[in-house]
Formats: sequence, structure tokens, C-alpha cells
Amino acid sequence: MKPNSHNFKLNARHALDDKQLQRALAKVPGGFVSKRADARAALPEFDALRDKARDIKNHTLEHLDLYLEEFERKVTEAGGIVHWASDAAEARAIILDICVMVDARVVTKGKSMISEEIALNDHLEAADLKVVETDLGEYIIQLRGETPSHIIAPAVHLNKDQVEEDFRRVHTNLSPDRQLQEPEQLVGEAREMLREQFIATDVGITGANFLIAETGTSVIVTNEGNGDLTQNLAKTHIVIASIEKAVPTLEDAAAILRVLARSATGQEFSTYTTFSTGPRRPGDPDGPEAYHVVLLDNGRAELLGTEFKEVLRCIRCGACMNHCPVYHSVGGHAYGWVYPGPIGSVLTPSLIGVDEAGPLPNASTFCGRCEDVCPMRIPLPKLMRRWRAREFDKGNPPAKQRFALKAWAFAARRPWLYRMGAGLAMPLMAWRGRSAGRFSSLPFVDGWTAHRDFPAPQGRTFQQKWRAEKRKRSRVSQGRGKS
Amino acid sequence: MSTASDQLNDASSDTAPTVGLFVTCLVDLMRPSVGFASVKLLEAAGCVVEVPTTQTCCGQPAFNSGDTKTTADIAKQVIAAFESFDYVVAPSGSCAGMLKAHYIELFDENDPWHGRATAFAARVHELISFLTDVRGMTDVGARFDGTATYHDSCSGLRELGVKTQPRKLLSSVGGLTVTEMTDCEVCCGFGGTFSVKYPDVSNAIVEKKTANISASEADLLLAGDLGCLFNMAGKLKREGRTIAVRHVAEVLAGQLDEPAIGEGQDMS
Ligand code: SF4
Repeated sequence: MKPNSHNFKLNARHALDDKQLQRALAKVPGGFVSKRADARAALPEFDALRDKARDIKNHTLEHLDLYLEEFERKVTEAGGIVHWASDAAEARAIILDICVMVDARVVTKGKSMISEEIALNDHLEAADLKVVETDLGEYIIQLRGETPSHIIAPAVHLNKDQVEEDFRRVHTNLSPDRQLQEPEQLVGEAREMLREQFIATDVGITGANFLIAETGTSVIVTNEGNGDLTQNLAKTHIVIASIEKAVPTLEDAAAILRVLARSATGQEFSTYTTFSTGPRRPGDPDGPEAYHVVLLDNGRAELLGTEFKEVLRCIRCGACMNHCPVYHSVGGHAYGWVYPGPIGSVLTPSLIGVDEAGPLPNASTFCGRCEDVCPMRIPLPKLMRRWRAREFDKGNPPAKQRFALKAWAFAARRPWLYRMGAGLAMPLMAWRGRSAGRFSSLPFVDGWTAHRDFPAPQGRTFQQKWRAEKRKRSRVSQGRGKS
Repeated sequence: MSTASDQLNDASSDTAPTVGLFVTCLVDLMRPSVGFASVKLLEAAGCVVEVPTTQTCCGQPAFNSGDTKTTADIAKQVIAAFESFDYVVAPSGSCAGMLKAHYIELFDENDPWHGRATAFAARVHELISFLTDVRGMTDVGARFDGTATYHDSCSGLRELGVKTQPRKLLSSVGGLTVTEMTDCEVCCGFGGTFSVKYPDVSNAIVEKKTANISASEADLLLAGDLGCLFNMAGKLKREGRTIAVRHVAEVLAGQLDEPAIGEGQDMS
């Protein structure tokens, strides 16, 4: 997908003006936030588990090459094939080649953010393949020609009446009196449509939440069971996953799974947790005939060992955006690329460059709620700040902003100048704002006063008044001394 | 409660700890009454308060703009001015968080300033939590007749764990009822330079906050950070709402002579 992150400010403005979107976004905080809080409260060792999850992933990333090689060895032993893709173009080509090799016409897909990252659907469709998203949310946005606005709830920006409209538009055989007002009715309708596709499919593509090195197993967690059908009913199963999904052992995966669903949806476990190791073996009742894993780097290896390496611990649970006041206000599309919210603000500049994604690390109040809820304890605000520092060192912030900062910094490092300037300016400003107690417009902070009043200062500065107070106090104590 | 000047003399015994008051730039420039309320509370808690004149700002505007060099210069200035006190106290969770949690990050481990920043950090406290957790204050002896709602500012809450302390002290204020608003822990949208860099988004966030404040039906909005208070007060005023807005220290110190934030002076 073509990035549009440099336009964040404008995207945000449009998002704020979009009434449908605002109606949908209003529902985001309620559900996710309280469900996670309940799940956390019900598990006293939750925070200890977060530490453990962090440590597992840190260890894995320290030795990522070894674990990936072990994973490849185990997949091969199980009869599968591992493909290494250094970038999006390579990954797309590998997947298309496999599809062509097996003469595929229909491809079903489970939910995968990596497939969004490499813009897989467009590539396959350009080669005349029919691509069907089978996750309900993904299915809906595919009908609409949109991209996901959330990493675990791709259609969270939509309301159910919009979905009903889309279904009636696309499912042309629907009778007009078929009820589609309730979510269950919509799910039922999608299920009927998708069932036919599952049967017709040639290749099933899924993502992976974990790649387990000791067994060569890929793991997906879903709530709809569509992932299982995708990978079991097709003759060929392709897993597309980025390299940081590796974990050493089954036990490690189990440990991280304990914080994943709780952080994401507040469930103890997702409805389905599916482990896939190689293709169908003789005697297996089902499973694909061929099993491929495409391991995507796309800039991640370069992050190892850098000041941004911690972002590679991310397990894409979505908690950071579920708790982000900026995300709640503008939704996911405003971020202009695949990953929205706080994780997007750190990951997007890392993957597609800060020239494109420069506004994202700035689009945070640093309220710290993301770091507070991140199951992998990724210090998201700190990493955003590091991007700001890089940008600052390159001289990138706008001239007006740099100038204001410089002037302020000059005074802040010279206390006498600062005191003098403040001592003159504040009483003046106070005098002007005294009767109203506030300003309804002020130069330099016109962005602020477009929406809010600016409270007036009280008058003389604290430092000025404190000096006077101290003189008074010493007179009092001297007076007492004499008496 | 005794007067501030009595306290000054009572407190100057050998055992009274010295507190360097980090006034914060917003209190210094915009609302000195919060500084005086802080002094009064600290003296009531048995401390000797001093206000170094070499302080300006904690450096957050530079830090959050990515200007690490300027931030480190300011940090050194603050550390040098304050490291001789037993405690360093700020009437702001955000500035105290900067001094306590972030100065250390500015120096690498071999730099002698790293050690100084670490020792300094151990002495830094946010005002209200200092009063309760370090000085064991339980009763402020103040009075306010009305209902207040308290906004948990982000840095204080998440970097310093300030949550129960202000509520504990507010419960000792005679005549005051505290009523919690929905989402009191959610950001008000201020975010320092964020509010001027992304005014539209900042506004969308503060609109939700003011709706929750109004729904609480309190007469008074309190918080421990002037930045957030200015943001919320500015929005409440623009919306024409009448709820008064003050720093929590003003109520705890019983210093309510100055008009509330964003209110005009009585010109009569
Ligand atoms: S950064 Fe943390 S909270 Fe956000 S998606 Fe990744 S793991 Fe979840």
C-alpha cells in the first residue's frame, strides 16, 4: 500500500470531520479497555507474566539467526519448505510463484498484517487470481476496497449499518427482506458466502503469531475459526510471517499466549489457537499437501542491535492503540500505512523511513498509557522520542518550531535572563488578560486558541513575589528577635 | 493551621529537612499562588523550604522535541542548583517525572553526571505524594464547601504512581466531597507542545474530557499539573461552562483568594 503517513495532520483533520467514523470510534475504548482491565485483574501474576514474555523475546532476538535456522531445519524435517524474503517484492514474488506452480485460481486468506505490509492482494489479483479474505473484518474491508484500520479489528472504523449496505450491494442474490441488522445476522451471511470459497480454494494463506524453533511449528490465534479452514481445506498452505515472530520453544509460545489474548480482547485465550507443523502426513485425517513458510525481513534485521530494537518484541495485540487517546480520536487510517496507533508511530518510520513517517512519532501526547498496557513492555513513548531526536539532529522540524524552541532554550539556560524576561512579560500579559481572566486569541499559540481559551497569568512571577515574601519574613523574624 | 511565617520559624530546627522547591515554569510564570500554596503545605509538613533562583524549566519542551543537547544542559543546571537539598519537590507530576525518571537517561553510564543524576533522582518528589508518603501528612486542616472532581495527570499517575495520595488529603478537607468522573485516568490532550503542534487532535481529546468533567456535576475541577489544568480550563471556558478549575495544592493549603484558573479579577 502506498504510504500516506506524511499527511497525518490532514488525514487527522478529515478523520475528525467524518461523522460515521467518529460514531464507530466512540465504541472502541469502552469494550477493549474494560475487558483488558478485567482480564488483568483476574490474573494476579499478569505483570510477572509480562516480564517473562519480555525476557523470552529479548533472548530470542539476541540469537535470532540461530532460532530461525533451527526453525527452518525443523520445518524441512517435517516436509515443509522455508523461503527467505529480504523485502516485500521478494515475498510477493515467492508467493505468486507458488500459486502459479500449483495452478491456483482461488486463494483464501486468514488475517495477516504482513500480507498488508507487502500489499499481497493487489499483486495476486494483478495475476488474475481470485483472492478471498476469510476473516469477517478483512472480508468487509475487502468488499469496500479499504485497508485495515486496526491490527486485530480491521473494520473497527465501520458501523453495522454500513456493513449491511455493503452486503446488499455485493451479495446481489440477497432477498430484500433478509434481516441484516444484527451482527449475528451479518456473520451468518458472510459465513454462507465464505463457505463456498473455502471449498473452491487452491491455496490458503495465513499469517503467524509465533514460529516455534524447536518444532518448526507456526501458530495462529483467531476467534472465528476461519484460519483453520483456510489452511486445512486448501491443498497448499502458505504461512507469511516476519522474522521476529520466532520463539525458541512451545513453552515460550504458551507463556506469551497467556498475555496475548488478555491484552488484545480480554479473553483468557482466543477461541482457536492452531499449531501447524509441516504438510499432511500419511494417516493424517486432514491438512494441506504442501506447507510453505515465507520469512520476511523487510528492514527488521537492521533494527536488531539499534536503539529501536525493542519494537521487535511486539506481538501485535493492539492494546496500545486500544488505549491511545490519539487513536481514539482519529482512527487507524490517519496513520497512513499498515500499522496504526503507538506501535505504528514507532514501527512505521523504522520500516518505511522517517522521511515518510516523520509526523507519526510526534503525534503523541506521551500520556504513557500504551507502555502501561503493552504486554511486551515496549517503552513506546521513549522510542517515539528517539525518532524525534533523530529528526531534530537532522534539522527537520519546521523553521517556526525550531526558532521558538531555540529562543526558549537560550533563555532557559540563562536563569537571570529568564527571570528578567518573565518578570517583565508576565505582569504585562496579566494586565491585558486581567478582567476576563483569559485570552480568546493569542499570537504564537493560535492553534491552541482556535479551540480553547488561554488562561491569563496572575501577574508578577513566583520568583518576584517570593523575593518580596522572604524580605517580609526576615523583617518579621528580626522584629521578633528584638522584642 | 498556623501561619506560613510561624511555620518557617518552627521548622528551622536541626531535624527539619530542607526542601528545594522546583517551582516549575508554569507556576512561576502563570500561577504563583500554586507556589505559595506548595510552600505553605511543605512548611506545615515540617520542612524548611528554599527556592533556588537559578531554576528555569525542567527541560521537557526540548526533551520532547528531540533536542537532547539542550535538555542535558538544562538538566545539569537543575541538578547543580538542587542536589544539596534533602529533598527536591515540584507541584507537578510531569516536571517531577522529568527530573526523577528522565534526567538519568540523558547521560551515559561513564559520565559523572549519570551518577549525579541518579543520586538527584532519589531525592525528587511530586508535591502531594511527598506530603503523604514521605512526611506522613494525613490532615491538611483546610475547608472547602462543595464538590470536586480530580483528574489524574498522566506523568504523575504513570511515572510516579500518584493516585491515592491527593484523594487521601482531599478527604481531610472539611466540607469537600470528591466525586469521580468517568475516565479520570485518560489524558486530557495537552501533551505540552502536542497541543500546539496538533491542535485539532488535542482539541478532540480535551472535548471528551470536558464532557466527562461536566457529567460529574462537580463545582470544582482539580489536578496536580498546571499544563493539564490550563488545557481543561481553557476548553471549559470556551464551552461556556461554569465549573471552577484549580491546582489541588490551592485547595489543600486553603489558599483560594486568587480567582480560579481562567476566571477574571473582580475589578470592582
Ligand atoms: S506494541 Fe505492545 S501493546 Fe502495541 S501491539 Fe505491540 S505488543 Fe501490543
